[in-house]
Amino acid sequence: MARTQPVSQWATDFNVLDSAYVADPFTIWDDLRGSCPVAHTDRRGSTWLPTRYDDVVALAHDIEHFSSLEVGVIPLAVEVPVQDRVLPYGLPPISADPPLHTWTRRLLLPWFSHHRVEGYEEMTRALCGGLVDSFLAEGRADAAADYAQQIPVRVIAYILGVPLELSDTFTGWVRDVLEFADDPDRRRRGATELLTFFVAEVARRRTEPGDDLLSELMQTEVEGKRVEESIVLGTAALVLIAGVDTTWSAIGSSLWHLAAHPEDRRRLVAEPELMPTAIEELLRAYSPVTMARVVTEDIEFEGCPMKHGDKVLMNFPGANRDPDAFEDADRVILDRAINRHVAFGSGIHRCAGSNLARMELRVALEEWLARIPEFRLADAEVTWAGGQVRGPRTLPVVFP
Amino acid sequence: MKIRVDPEKCQGHARCYGLAPELFDVDDYGLASVRGDGSVPAALEDKARLAIANCPEYAVEALPD
Repeated sequence: MARTQPVSQWATDFNVLDSAYVADPFTIWDDLRGSCPVAHTDRRGSTWLPTRYDDVVALAHDIEHFSSLEVGVIPLAVEVPVQDRVLPYGLPPISADPPLHTWTRRLLLPWFSHHRVEGYEEMTRALCGGLVDSFLAEGRADAAADYAQQIPVRVIAYILGVPLELSDTFTGWVRDVLEFADDPDRRRRGATELLTFFVAEVARRRTEPGDDLLSELMQTEVEGKRVEESIVLGTAALVLIAGVDTTWSAIGSSLWHLAAHPEDRRRLVAEPELMPTAIEELLRAYSPVTMARVVTEDIEFEGCPMKHGDKVLMNFPGANRDPDAFEDADRVILDRAINRHVAFGSGIHRCAGSNLARMELRVALEEWLARIPEFRLADAEVTWAGGQVRGPRTLPVVFP
Repeated sequence: MKIRVDPEKCQGHARCYGLAPELFDVDDYGLASVRGDGSVPAALEDKARLAIANCPEYAVEALPD
């Protein structure tokens, strides 16, 4: 099948799900920047892959020619009947352009303001500490599956007001939708179960409203009218889908780096005041999220003839490794002073949950390092997920 | 030194607030603003320069003297 054939030419037939790209996209971006900085493929419809910082930022800001109506890196190979019926607007604000984007984003932002996020820190810290304590005596752990994967989903469930006990189920749905996007049955099943769940949660809140995000979205009035239920559902699904894989991947990649680079780990333990710049640097070097845009009318961009309906992958991770934008771009420098990274995007779609993600990443690293300052990669395979979100899925580590 | 945040450019990355909460605030919608009239005490000028250099949207700027 053409979608999964090995890649021979990255410039003209790239594949973000290729195992070489998932394992090490960095050298591929470096090669492309020097030869063909905006790559192309027809594997899943005509799709472009920019690799330079300035190009990615310019694309993100040109919302007139590059729409967010399709943000999935891997286009749906099949229809999801429930999704099409229940979510005519997709997952606003991420899948919307202005004006829908503008007002739906304003509904969401206060829930992730830095004031609100401070309020979620205590719960996050207790969660992280408890997780480390559960495997501390064993001298080994899977830092991805036993730790990173367990954190954001519970914080998001708490904010949404849905049962924390269902965290593993939520994680499964999100992985079905984001990580197994090339498996239509799995993707359809995950999306359908996730939406069916939220439909029931919304129904329950009609008679038993709470003070959670979902209840408040249902109560909100915009210009004198209640927000449409399809918008409430789409936004709630977005918070879950966008708030789980992403931050879990950032935590996992950061722990992978600290396991594999003892000099950085020891420095961060010895100089905890470096944590703020270290967090930004780890976000830059291992940015998890690639988004997509769809071309609204034929346009030439950097010499590339982009056609109406083409996809453009918003390669924020690649932009953050561009040596023209960052000195020593492929080196992690924990006290990097100048770091205009775009791990959370650029322009009007800047990640609405960035304050929360930063807090979770910082607290997860602090609680781990406080208990396990010395650890290294175990003699076992590290596996990575890629595509829309890149991060380790198994990360076996050992500690004395 | 005097600084400002361009509200047309700010997208709420909150990098300025993270680096220099003494100089910036961010509202519930992510929009950053300078505290007071934007005058930077001499002791905080390095932090102000860092905030300018780290904004992904080039929204923080020094005003001409």
